[in-house]
Amino acid sequence: MNNKHWYDSILDAFRIYIPGNNVYRTMRARSARTGTWFILPFIIGFLIFMAKPMVESFVMSFNDVKLIPGEGYELTPVGINNYKHALMVDPEYNTLLVEEIGQMAINTIATLVVSFVVAVILNQEFKGRTLARAIFFLPVILSSGVLPGIEHENEFYDMMSGLAQSVEESGGVDLSASLQNLLQVSGVGGSVFEVVFTMIDSIYDIVMASGIQIIVFLSGLQAISPSLYEAADVEGCSAWESFWKITFPMVSPLLLVNCIYTIIDFFMKNDNKVMELIYDITYQDMKFGISAAMSWIYFAIALAFIGISSFIISKAVKSYE
Amino acid sequence: MSKSKTVFIGKNKSFWDRNRRSEGYLLKRKTKSVAISVVRALLLIGMCFMIIQPLLMRFSTGFMVEKDLYDSTIVLVPRDVTLENYQHVFNLTDFPRSMLNTLWTSLLVSVLQVISCTIVGYGFARYEFPLKKFWFACVIMLIVVPPSTIQTALYMNFANFDLFGLVRLFNNGKPINLRTSILPYTIMSLTCMGLKNGLYIFMLRQYFKGVPKSLEEAAYIDGCGTVHTFTKIMLPDAIPTIASCFLFGFVWQWTDLFYSRNFLSTYSIYSVQLSSIVSRMSRYFSADASKAVIIPNARQQQLISIGVLICCIPLIVLYCFTQKTFVKSLTMTGSKE
Repeated sequence: MNNKHWYDSILDAFRIYIPGNNVYRTMRARSARTGTWFILPFIIGFLIFMAKPMVESFVMSFNDVKLIPGEGYELTPVGINNYKHALMVDPEYNTLLVEEIGQMAINTIATLVVSFVVAVILNQEFKGRTLARAIFFLPVILSSGVLPGIEHENEFYDMMSGLAQSVEESGGVDLSASLQNLLQVSGVGGSVFEVVFTMIDSIYDIVMASGIQIIVFLSGLQAISPSLYEAADVEGCSAWESFWKITFPMVSPLLLVNCIYTIIDFFMKNDNKVMELIYDITYQDMKFGISAAMSWIYFAIALAFIGISSFIISKAVKSYE
Repeated sequence: MSKSKTVFIGKNKSFWDRNRRSEGYLLKRKTKSVAISVVRALLLIGMCFMIIQPLLMRFSTGFMVEKDLYDSTIVLVPRDVTLENYQHVFNLTDFPRSMLNTLWTSLLVSVLQVISCTIVGYGFARYEFPLKKFWFACVIMLIVVPPSTIQTALYMNFANFDLFGLVRLFNNGKPINLRTSILPYTIMSLTCMGLKNGLYIFMLRQYFKGVPKSLEEAAYIDGCGTVHTFTKIMLPDAIPTIASCFLFGFVWQWTDLFYSRNFLSTYSIYSVQLSSIVSRMSRYFSADASKAVIIPNARQQQLISIGVLICCIPLIVLYCFTQKTFVKSLTMTGSKE
């Protein structure tokens, strides 16, 4: 396979799939055809259920869509009016978008940190490790699909923590709030601490969202050969040093995987308010064009986020493979 | 050095004795390790409690009489145990029927998804073919694109199903509405387009990539064809990974709202029922079906939490039984990522 021109690979592909030439009967061509048979279901599915709807929804986002029962739909081009409507006219979309994105940025960082720490702890030897692992993987179930949305929307805790609150008011101490006050009074940078405290307050959500990430980190940790630690120990490395010089660099490639997974997971969650809004606009208001525009904006932002974070992470950590 | 000459400072000497001989090093090390394990235990117990506590809370409030909810002296242990709440939730969510529907659709869909994803993942891992990089980029796209981006178009596609004008040709120029059956979702599952299927393809590809080439070559020399190599050589070893993909698929399908709401709207699916439980509650509790009564918030929460619990329990039971294989296979797949 000496590719002299850019189109050589395309010609090669034709030779592989179309009989009547000398390449067609080679072993390479034969196995290439077998491979294609294997992924054929995916190709068909992707073209029909992914590529086609994507193109259609992209077209829809530039059109006014009218439903005709039993026949399909009718498009009237409106240019970028749908996008304008989504960003400028719709009262909720903008604020929700900004809110969710801010939340997502904080949550992603927090999730990465929490899942890494938990994975490091779960990787150590201690009594009851199996039980602890089992409990920490429970969020994979408990935070999937319909469950987190329902939990959120209904503020189960408000009811149950009613008692706790009344205790606090009658002289008890809300630790995080008083600590926050103390720090702010003593003049430490307010806004930074506010972010930290919102993170602490939402620790439950973060732990619930980090089931898979813990598993990924844990698997990375287990793949590190113990001989590395032994060598470091012999050379007089302390546990702290070997953590930063061995554990962290070896696991850091997974940081990227986890970061992308966390972002995607956050964007697709059911309790995501933007998703709810888009769903409502689609099925209750039947404004298909606008909802398509909204979801494309949302998707573009998600992509941009994934792009930026993978750029930063891939610059920051080296891959040791 | 013979064994008798080795000096063991230990066994029958006391800790402080040994500590003195090591010039305080032993005590230092011991303190350190105890401190670390105490901190670790505190962290872990705290976090585990945080995960478990809501479940416990749900479980206990589920048995409370409405009056108990407002009584602040009652925490966790109900005073009057009642099963009446469960009866209400069963009625509200169309219980046995919706659960059975969820069970068979989840099983069907996840089995189909796993079969097709295994085949595709194997193709990606073991064969070279033109445009491979492009198709794999498409798999990644499948993971990244939020389903809401294409939901409108998908909805339209299935509401007026028409494969390149072919259906129109045979059906008096009319497309058919496929949204009323499970067919579209089965087709999607068969072609790897279900919930998070890109992830399963990715996981299985990672697994198959790690299988040594020599295994395949040996099979080839012994006269094993493509299909046999796949089914007899590759599949048996891949079972843990496939099983964990299946479990993921099953769990995610079980609780899924997006695809169920869009494609399975004619079946009563538990997750869909659960998501709209609040809106049906007020009508259910009023004596007159046309009038709605206001349900106190605490009461609503109680019923919802029972609903969530009912949704979780089968999954948790399933998880308990399969936990070992699950974790093992995940650590296997992950190590190659």
